[in-house]
Amino acid sequence: MKTMSFAGAIEDALMKAMSEDPRIVVFGEDVHSIRMNLFAKFGEMRVRSTPISESAFLGAAVTASMAGLRPVVELLMIDFVAVGVDALVNHAAKLEGFSGGRWKAPMVVRASCGGGYGDGGQHEQSLWGWLAQIPGLKVVVPSNPADAGGLMLSAIQDEGPVIYLEHKLLADYWIDGLADGGRTNLDYDIPEAGARGEVPRTWEPIPIGEAKVLRDGNDLTMVSVGVSVHRCLEAATQLAEHGVQAGVIDLRSIAPLDTDAVCRAVERTGRLLVVDEDYKHFSLSGELAAVVMEAGITAQFARVCVEDTIPFDRRREAEALPNVARILEAASGLRA
Amino acid sequence: MQPSAEVLYRQMYKSRRFEEAVTELWNDGHISAEMHLSKGEEAIVAGVVDHVTDGDALALEHRGTAPLVMRGVDLALLIKEFMGLEDGLCRGMGGHMHLFSPEHLAASSGIVGASGPAACGFAFAAQHLRPGKVAVAFFGEGAMNQGMLMESMNLASAWSLPVIFVCKDNGMAITTPSNEVTGGDLLKRARGLGAHAISLDGTDVNEVWRAAREAFVRAREGGGPTFLHATCVHPDGHLLGDPLLRIVRKPVRELKSRVAPLMKAATTGGSSLSEKAASLGSIVDMLGRASKADRQGASDPVEQQRPQLSISDAQRADLEREVDAEVQDAVAAALRSKEARG
Ligand SMILES: Cc1ncc(C[n+]2csc(CCOP(=O)(O)OP(=O)(O)O)c2C)c(N)n1
Repeated sequence: MKTMSFAGAIEDALMKAMSEDPRIVVFGEDVHSIRMNLFAKFGEMRVRSTPISESAFLGAAVTASMAGLRPVVELLMIDFVAVGVDALVNHAAKLEGFSGGRWKAPMVVRASCGGGYGDGGQHEQSLWGWLAQIPGLKVVVPSNPADAGGLMLSAIQDEGPVIYLEHKLLADYWIDGLADGGRTNLDYDIPEAGARGEVPRTWEPIPIGEAKVLRDGNDLTMVSVGVSVHRCLEAATQLAEHGVQAGVIDLRSIAPLDTDAVCRAVERTGRLLVVDEDYKHFSLSGELAAVVMEAGITAQFARVCVEDTIPFDRRREAEALPNVARILEAASGLRA
Repeated sequence: MQPSAEVLYRQMYKSRRFEEAVTELWNDGHISAEMHLSKGEEAIVAGVVDHVTDGDALALEHRGTAPLVMRGVDLALLIKEFMGLEDGLCRGMGGHMHLFSPEHLAASSGIVGASGPAACGFAFAAQHLRPGKVAVAFFGEGAMNQGMLMESMNLASAWSLPVIFVCKDNGMAITTPSNEVTGGDLLKRARGLGAHAISLDGTDVNEVWRAAREAFVRAREGGGPTFLHATCVHPDGHLLGDPLLRIVRKPVRELKSRVAPLMKAATTGGSSLSEKAASLGSIVDMLGRASKADRQGASDPVEQQRPQLSISDAQRADLEREVDAEVQDAVAAALRSKEARG
């Protein structure tokens, strides 16, 4: 087994894919420096920096993919998708439907997401629920290096649009560039197992839409994604010390959603706790409650999510994001 | 009438000293995450903001500090906001990229280009509610390629909105040289969208002031929008801790972990040798540009104004002492507030 950083795994998988498939191109703002290694290896025609024109280059990615390329188009932060979201919502997502299945847009939108380093509510959102709501868009959110590499391969190979989100707390270069800036006097709650870990000797695609059970437990099922998965694992360890066996499921992809994995577990435990760094209302967490009800499963339900604009102040930010204390509190509510 | 050289100097000096204090606080870890300074843009901001009066609006971007300092927002409120304290300008909720002051009709956004539409809305409200008042949009040249900003120029022209579009052109957007991703000519682009457009040396506050006066008069009289294109330099790069500047300033430390993967990438597989050589060449160019800007320093707008002053050196020293004290008081107040919070 090899170990890699989260960011290193993504780059390694992407580099391998690009070496094997000349149709794969990377473009977005500043990719010549953010993806310097790819730029050095594949040259400017395949790794190309764009103007700050999200609506133009996201829209261009859609038709470039329709015409035979495999674009991995980069938004520095998923928050900025708002500027160009028309390309995804009204075009990439609709193509397969509108063309009667005759045409698809095999593109990947890669962006950082998430908070925990004090950058304020316009640069720390998750927004995966917002995007996953649109039929025709897939959304993946890896929580560790092995999944990060495998899901990147799948995203590239997928015949339709996939939004690939990398959490900034897991990717060292984002923390270095956006949070520390060379400083060493600040702390972040970075989950070690997410930021670095074992990866397979050779990359294999990980099917999109398959959740992973990270921990079994008969008392309670925690379902989560991204960095919050690690918060759940920590909470589950603490719950076990108090005799509560909590299972943890890492969804890995929001759309398609692995409803079977969730229902199987909740059927057994009768308790579902969703921990989601995205917004609470009209969301992934609400969707999971609906999924369980639709399956006819009787279960208690609770959720730990972001409920409002994320505060800039790091202290209030830490309370606003899912954390172990909030998870434990929600879990204790379920047991009562 | 043009204000005395001291008035504009004082504004620029205050903004500079304030941001130097902010830099120290950031270095000490009192301020989280990104910090984009207005350093290097002081002449543009001072020359424009001097014309702003109550009822005029400011649409700001990620470098909104200087405009608010020069508009007279309490310095301690700003620092406390940057430190995320409850008694900051926006109760610590927004941070430096999201500064809001309703009393000044000043609103910021960290979304590049967003100051264009924001200024249009402020200007439209002025047409209805505050005739004769204007809205100013500040943004960088990188933002000129954002659709919403170009759309805003058209909207402002079509509706004859009283907007002053102020483009602070430092030639770079994070690490991308803007000339490599910009088609055509910015002045012609603005004119094509129906705005009056003028180009200026953004390190010369007097030149900026004179151009801004015309723009403000035109806007207040219903003559529609003006595009001011002013050049400047950001001596501290894109943000504090700018990765390129760190490489240039401490190459051994910063490059240690980067060189091996870069060389491996460049020497194995991939595209043709000439394409790879071109990539490496442009990486070297990028670092070279950063290093050159760092070494040369820029024509500093604050220093450039000094010879224009009509006061004695002693009087200037008094002025500077006064400003320094104001900045120090604000820092002390913010640190006290942080300590009281525990
Ligand atoms: C819509 C959007 N895209 C990308 C970014 C990331 N970003 C922040 S500042 C910046 C560069 C802006 O360049 P310019 O407009 O020239 O202003 P400067 O920072 O040089 O003053 C970019 C790309 C953003 N904040 N918003």
